[in-house]
Amino acid sequence: MRKNRFLGVWTVLVFAFLLLPLVIVTITAFGEANVVQFPIQGFTFKWFGKALSSNSFMSACFYSLRLALVATLLALLVGIPGAYALARYSIKGKQLIKSFFLSPTIVPGTVLGFALFQVIVVQLQIPYDIGLLFGHFLIVLPYVIRIVGSSLEQFDFSIEEAAWTLGCGKIKTFFTIVLPNITSGISSAFLLAFINSFNNVPVSMFLIGPGTTTLPATLMGYLESGYDPTVPAFSVLMMLATIGIMFVVEKTLGIAALSK
Amino acid sequence: MAFFNLQDINVSYDKKNNILEGLNLEIEKGELVSLLGPSGCGKTTTLRVVAGFIEPTHGQFILDDTDMTKVPVHKRNFGLVFQSYALFPHLSVFDNVAFGLKLQKVSKEEIKKRVENILEVCDLKGFEKRFPKQLSGGQRQRVALARALVVEPKLLLLDEPLSNLDAKLRINMRVEIKRLQRKLGITTIFVTHDQEECFSISDKVAVMNGGVIEQYDTPENIYRTPKTEFVARFIGFENFIDLKRKDAHTYIASDGSEFVVDNGCDKEDPKGTIRPEDIQIVSSQDNVENKITGKVIVRTFLGKSYQYELDTPLGVIVVNGSSDHVLQAQDTVCVSLPKGKIVLV
Repeated sequence: MRKNRFLGVWTVLVFAFLLLPLVIVTITAFGEANVVQFPIQGFTFKWFGKALSSNSFMSACFYSLRLALVATLLALLVGIPGAYALARYSIKGKQLIKSFFLSPTIVPGTVLGFALFQVIVVQLQIPYDIGLLFGHFLIVLPYVIRIVGSSLEQFDFSIEEAAWTLGCGKIKTFFTIVLPNITSGISSAFLLAFINSFNNVPVSMFLIGPGTTTLPATLMGYLESGYDPTVPAFSVLMMLATIGIMFVVEKTLGIAALSK
Repeated sequence: MAFFNLQDINVSYDKKNNILEGLNLEIEKGELVSLLGPSGCGKTTTLRVVAGFIEPTHGQFILDDTDMTKVPVHKRNFGLVFQSYALFPHLSVFDNVAFGLKLQKVSKEEIKKRVENILEVCDLKGFEKRFPKQLSGGQRQRVALARALVVEPKLLLLDEPLSNLDAKLRINMRVEIKRLQRKLGITTIFVTHDQEECFSISDKVAVMNGGVIEQYDTPENIYRTPKTEFVARFIGFENFIDLKRKDAHTYIASDGSEFVVDNGCDKEDPKGTIRPEDIQIVSSQDNVENKITGKVIVRTFLGKSYQYELDTPLGVIVVNGSSDHVLQAQDTVCVSLPKGKIVLV
């Protein structure tokens, strides 16, 4: 009994530790003063208005959304067939290939970012937006391959063979039989990849350029020059958006689909 | 030429070891042939060659005078039922069965008619809207069968389709499969490792071992007169006794005793074999053929009988005895091997 109570208190503490910063950020967004302070003095919504009317914030936000979407779609386009090939055929060095695809999640982001900067920006002089897209594609590809791969590992490939024997060609079978049975894996992969690209700082820092600034980079840049509650206000808006997305996901797929 | 012909098929994954070696198999139209053997004997590989999943490294597959060796899977029009049934989880029973017909561009009304018809034949009426995970094992099995049969395949291939069912359902299903196969007159290959299942259902049985067919014959002939030691062991023969030929019906054992048999063979030193249940326990005074005396070492209760292992001058002999008269360990007994029951391999 005592042990349980201790566990209960511990759980509350851990949650408080995780949630308190978010609560504080949320509160500071409503302060009237020109600097972020806690506790706040006065109460206002003006910083939300400022955040939403800020050109640099909004354009960076849309740029980040676009970047995350395109990088994720590209990763799905490459990653799904890749994961399929890895799961379906016994390829030589299969484990090695799998670890290779996992490596961007193990190598520190700054190392990856610097390496990409050296090659893409310095050596090849590829335009900034394409370089950034490529960087993000590399960050999210492992998520796609691993998550889609694990849902393909549970797929019974005799189902695919059954479709072949019934007169369905291989490519058609992939679209009509295999894909519909791994949709939960694909949507989880999409969400995780999208969020990882949207949140990424270390790789972006090396690859952004004029006109191609991601939201996290803009927020950090803004904090360096000023310290008014626009950033907390914008963070609150993003939290609300995330909660909204999670709500929709829960209603349609179930959160459990993400952790599979 | 027979309707179905596998000619000199070799299959190898690494170019060194052959999974199948010089395999030949002929099947007449409308026959049900079983491939029987232990796991790893090549029976499933043979089926996969026929289905088109594996291209043989050597040899030809001819069906109805057409060379099918290089025809891709989806152009063969064979029905295949998998061990795991392999139903499409995201499609209803109706859509599962209709899948093949839709690809053949059959009209909507025709699809509806044929699917309903086959579902009725397979005793699945009323299940059209259910999904595979809402069905029992036996029902899934029948859906898989219906899906394979509805396209009117040239060949029906069954890969251990009954091994995931419980014992009672298995017997019902094999009667069902036999009935459907007869009714539709469809040439069928049935892969199994269960000899009872295979004997009860097949017109012919091919016993496989190590990538070759050891014997291809009717179930009765295989049961009564296995041709090789492997086949004999696989279908329940025990007691392999080394013999030397004296004349066509007389053979000498290692201790000098003579054995008379009804069915002789040409081999100089064959092995005589007999099932434990065919050996008779006799009294020492009886004047019977092929008498051996031995001592009981192990007794096992089998239900309707006891099984004894006897230590004899010819090695260990396994005998089934009735449960009326129970022998004890260390008892000395005489047994007779009826000459009509001994098979030489």
